[in-house]
This record gives sequence, structure tokens and C-alpha cells, in this order.
Amino acid sequence: MIEAQELTKTFRDRKRGEIHAVDRVSFRCQPGQVYGLLGANGAGKTTTLRMLATILQPTGGTAKVAGFDVVEQPERVRASVGFLSTATALYARLTARETVEYFGRLNGLSGGPLRQRIDELFWLLEIGEFADRRCDKLSTGMKQKVSIARTLVHDPPVMIFDEPTVGLDVMTARTIVGFIRDCRTRGKTVIFSTHVMSEAEKLCDTIGIIHNGRLLAEGTLAELRQRAGIADLEDIFVHTVEAA
Amino acid sequence: MRFSNVGTVYRKELLDQLRDRRTIFSMVVIPIVLFPLMTIGFGMLAARMVERARQQGASVMLLGAEHAPALAERIRSTEGIRIVPVESDYKEQISDKKIRVALQIPPGFEAGLRGNHEAPTVKILHYAGEIRSQFALRTLQKVLGDYRDEVVEERLRAASLSPEMLEPFKSEEENVAPPEKVGGAVLGGLIPYFIIILTLTGAAYPAIDLTAGEKERGTIETILASPVSRVELVVGKFLMVVTASLTTSILAIASFAATFLIAGQQFSASMNRPGTKGMAFVISGKAIAAVFFMVLPLAVLFSGALLAIALLAKSYKEAQSYIQPLIIVAILPAIVALLPGVELNSKLALVPVLNVSLVSKEILTGNYPWGLIALIFGSSSLYAAAALFVAVRAFQRESVLFRT
Repeated sequence: MIEAQELTKTFRDRKRGEIHAVDRVSFRCQPGQVYGLLGANGAGKTTTLRMLATILQPTGGTAKVAGFDVVEQPERVRASVGFLSTATALYARLTARETVEYFGRLNGLSGGPLRQRIDELFWLLEIGEFADRRCDKLSTGMKQKVSIARTLVHDPPVMIFDEPTVGLDVMTARTIVGFIRDCRTRGKTVIFSTHVMSEAEKLCDTIGIIHNGRLLAEGTLAELRQRAGIADLEDIFVHTVEAA
Repeated sequence: MRFSNVGTVYRKELLDQLRDRRTIFSMVVIPIVLFPLMTIGFGMLAARMVERARQQGASVMLLGAEHAPALAERIRSTEGIRIVPVESDYKEQISDKKIRVALQIPPGFEAGLRGNHEAPTVKILHYAGEIRSQFALRTLQKVLGDYRDEVVEERLRAASLSPEMLEPFKSEEENVAPPEKVGGAVLGGLIPYFIIILTLTGAAYPAIDLTAGEKERGTIETILASPVSRVELVVGKFLMVVTASLTTSILAIASFAATFLIAGQQFSASMNRPGTKGMAFVISGKAIAAVFFMVLPLAVLFSGALLAIALLAKSYKEAQSYIQPLIIVAILPAIVALLPGVELNSKLALVPVLNVSLVSKEILTGNYPWGLIALIFGSSSLYAAAALFVAVRAFQRESVLFRT
């Protein structure tokens, strides 16, 4: 479960002064559901997700992730979260196995249970063939599979995806989309950000439209359609943003 | 702080760095080959150059050789001198390094020697600062000096006087410093200088790779999203940079000691001058251990400073441009320690880098000023702790970690 309350992030820039990257954003994501943050570039999606993953500290408000406070218990939060984005690269000089093992150890796993978990994930994601190859020798698709194994090694109850399909080819993007669906089926709480309308339509149980750091609208696709009186999600998005 | 996490981060960084050719080059290859290359390689090169110069001989132009046939003949028969035909542009030829020196002999030189006339003046035209011209100058000076002595001897004999009367007393010189002090005085300043530089450069590449490199490759967000705390992360990284720095310095010291053992004898033989009491380059195991002990806090100081500075950059190139001035700042005090007259005292013992350089110089000459050694180790450790503190703080600042 994720519960954001008045989550705020303000940056100070010498030239531009105070920037409200995220402005009092509140929402709730339930286990077994996918929550989609839909917004243009610079809307505040990445900053929101980084705050939930405790990579950034909120300047106002707070959030609870898997029952832990992001400000008070950041390490417990990170232990409950799998975070994946196109910016989360892999260590080029480590092999796939070493990479997953490293993150497993940082999550408190070791010895037999860690080996068993890695074998299980590698079988599930079909990594076995390139398990001992260095990450810089892997294709984009293979790297994404290793990244998925990395985020799942500690079997976290919450998954955070920040624009996970940006820049990926169709086949690799499909792997990611399938993986997100799989997470939902297994009862994980999933939040992901995107600016691709079709992805949001396909995947999300609840959609939040974010613009200039503010959450402008929220609901299921049916609710958003009903409220706006428009069927197409892209039109709903433009309508919501222009009305703000 | 969970030490198991620090250990996990450290082991991963170590494995990662050991697979990086650039780290291996700066941490292992450079310190091992530098000293042998500098001493044996440079020594052989220098010897070959000197031999070649000797074989070629110094080209000398004799102006007015006809005024001093005996002297001219003596110069012609001197080994290492090649007489070239007289030309009017001899000054330009010296400046252009076509010939090395020219000797001007005035008219009536021989007659001047025989009679009671005013002593004739010969002039050597040379190129100040040009090594081969200076060699030729010294060779000619020696020939002229020997010739002058013979003339004086002849004159004294003609006047029935003994040549000994020109030498009312004799002088001798004797080196009383033990061999390790002599060797230390000759190389004592230079060796710590190189070890200090290597301690810094050995840490520089890993420090950049572990900070700015992570940002550039996009792995910083991956690791920050894991349960490891930022303090555990920076301490693990810091230990790796210290490992690189110490490995570099240990290998440098070992390579230096090995070079000493192998090439020391050759040096001793070539540096011994007649009349001096054995100038041996001896270095004790105790001195090597003491130098390493003094380098320890310096490695920690360099590692902390390098990490904090490299973290400010968002790319490898940017980090390099930040670290280059630091290398100059670190080299300057090491150079100051090479200057004559800069001696270790309680004030200089507080100046980072310079203090270690000066005390290493003392240690290599066999002096162990224990009070100052303690002061230097203490102050260096304090600076090292401050650098580590700054690095830890930098890792907790979002504006540093996510600079765009």
C-alpha cells in the first residue's frame, strides 16, 4: 500500500528562484492494483516517485509505503520497494548474477536462500543463458530482464516504475508491461509513471493526471471518462491540463 | 551503520575496480614500473647519451692556432675534442649548436710566454647553459690549466726554484656521514615526492569512477534505491579508494626498495669520487616501514578529498578537470620539501603533505624525530578525518547527488 499525503518538493534554483516540483500531492495505491501517474515531461512524476522510493526527501507532507514513513524510516521503505526506471542502469563490469547477488545482499539475503532466490528468478526470467556474462555485453532486452531480477530479488510488496519503457524497442517494452501485470496478479502494490496514453489505458486501475507538480484529476479510466464527458484518454488529459 | 552493508559495498567496488584496466594501470602498473624505469632506464639512457657525445667529440674551432703551435697540438691530441676548420661566423655557429666552443688565441702568444711581457689572454667562447658546450668548455679549461702548470714549472726550474714552493700545504676531504645518510641526502627528498604523488594518483581514478562515473553511467539511482544507507555507501566506496591509494603506495615503496637493491650498487660505484669515503645508497627496512606508516593518513586524506570533489561532478571529464588542480595543490608542498634549507620543525609539521614529505626525508637519512613524527601522524589523521567527514556530508546532499 502507498499513501501520499500532501507530498511536496521544492527546489531552490539560483536563476529561477523557488520551484515547486511537486505541490501537495495526495493519493493512495492499493495492493493488487496499478496506479498510473500520467503527465508530460517535467510534470513532477519522477520527483514524486523518487520521494516514494526515498531517493529524494520531501520538503513538505509525507508518504507511507508498505506501512513505513518515507521520512522517518527510509531504509525500511527501500527494503519494501522495487524501483525500476530507464535511469536505473546496471554495473557494466559485473555479471548478471553478481549484480542480482549484490542487491540481494544489500537487502539482507545471503547463502542458500539468496542462491535459491536467484536461481528461481533466473529461471522465471530466462536469464540462465547469460547469467555469467558481464552486463556491458548484454542486449537492451537482456539488461531489462536483469534489472527486473534486481528489483525482485527481495520480493518487495511495492513496485515503483518510473517511465520504465522510455527508449525501449517494442519487444522489450512488452516484457516490461507483462512484468507489471504479473506484479499486480501477485498482489503487489504498483505505481508507475508514463506519458504514453495507451500504456496507461492498458495497465492502470487508477490514473492520476499530474501537471506542474499538482495532481489535477484522479480515478479509474471509466470515472475520468464520465467526469470529462470524453472517451479518449489523450483528450481527457489535454482537457484536464488546459482547464487547470 | 551496518558493517555488513559496508563490507558488501566494499567487496563489490573492489571486484568492479579490479576488472577495470584503467584502475589496474594507475594502481598496479605505474607504481611498479616507475622507479625501475626512472633509475635503471634513465641511467642507461643517460650513460648511452654521454658515451655517444664522447664518441662524437666536442667540435672546437681554434682561432689563431698559428700563434700557439704547441698549445694547438696539445688541444688537437686531447681525447673528446674535434677541431673544425676556421670560419668567420663562429659566434653564430656556437649559438646554433653547430660547434660547441671556439678558442681565441691572440697574436704573439708563444712570445708572450717566453719573455717578460704582459701575460697573454686566451678567450673561450661558449654557449652558457648548453650542456655539450659546457662539457667542451670544461675540457678546454683543463687542457689550458695543465699547460699553464707546465709553463710555470718550467719557469721555476729556469729560476732554480722548486715547484713545491707553490704548494705550501695540501688539502684532503673525507666523508664522515654513514652510507645511509649520504644516500638519503641525495635521494631522500625525491623518493617521498614520488610516493606522495603516486598515493594521490592511485586514488584519483577509482574516486572518479565510484562517484562521477556512477552518475554518468546512471547507476547512482539504482544503488540509492536499495536499502543501503548513504553513510554505508560512502564508507564502502571510501575504503575502496583508500585500498587503491595504499596499494599504489605499497607497490611504489616495494618497487623503490627493489630498485634500490638492484641498482644501488651501480649507483654507489658511479657516485663514488676519489677521496670520498664510500657513498653507498643503503636503506633500512625500518625506514621503509616508517615511510609507509607516515603515508597511511595521507592516503586517507587524499581518498576523502578526492571522493568529495569527484562527487561534485556529473561526468568523468568534469571530475578530471576538478581533480587536476588538486594534484597541483598536493604536488606543491611536496616540491617545497625538495628545496634546500626547508627543514622540518613543529610549524611545518602541521602543513599537510609537506610534513609527510619532510619527515620521510628525515627518516630516509636515518633520523627519527619521534615528537614530530607523532605530531605529523596526529595532524594528518585529523585532516584525513575532516576529508572523510566532508565526503560523507556530500553524499547526503541531494543537490550534489542529482546535479543536472
